[in-house]
Amino acid sequence: MKSVRVRYYAALREQRGLPLEIVDTPAETAAELYDELRARHGFRLAREHLRVALNGDITGWNSPLRADDIVEFLPPSAGG
Amino acid sequence: MFKLSLAPIQALPAQGVAGADAGACVVFEGRVRARNRGREVVALEYEAADETARREFEKIAEEARRAFSVRDILCTHRAGRLAPGDLAVRVVVTAERRGAAFSACEYVVDELKRRLPIWKKEHYADSSSAWLNQPGP
Repeated sequence: MKSVRVRYYAALREQRGLPLEIVDTPAETAAELYDELRARHGFRLAREHLRVALNGDITGWNSPLRADDIVEFLPPSAGG
Repeated sequence: MFKLSLAPIQALPAQGVAGADAGACVVFEGRVRARNRGREVVALEYEAADETARREFEKIAEEARRAFSVRDILCTHRAGRLAPGDLAVRVVVTAERRGAAFSACEYVVDELKRRLPIWKKEHYADSSSAWLNQPGP
């Protein structure tokens, strides 16, 4: 198990009801973490519609998770 | 250079931002529209993953510098609640020549809209609201 900091934004933040939480997880990758959290909280956004950032860098879903990582799940962009 | 601002974006200085060796300066300004998809918009809320947005913008700017011969690429983006007509984003590109400045500015604006972790929520006259670009249920 490792402890990671998860940040939610926009529609996902509203679905979770929190902008930030600390999660203890057995997940080895960002994808496994999202799947675990989605199963627990019933997020309506499938992983294929999201991107993930680790410690400020947008990265692939198979990126390994390390203790104390900051994980951000990013809904589809709508900036500018 | 990328800046997220909770306060209104300041006007550009009258003399411009280009230095003596930049013969061209192209500015894009995106403002909040009063109507979108047939609905009256009363407010627009922007939310951003601050540091991640800054880093992704720097990647976009670096791509633009490799593709086009430009000097400075600056972006200021709003976060928070905006009204129709408010300035939401400004991109400034300086270059020796206008072709590069125009092309780089278009590239940067298209890419930031596609890639930056920034989100907008429209608020409508009937008090409903919706996050834009979200996939259906």
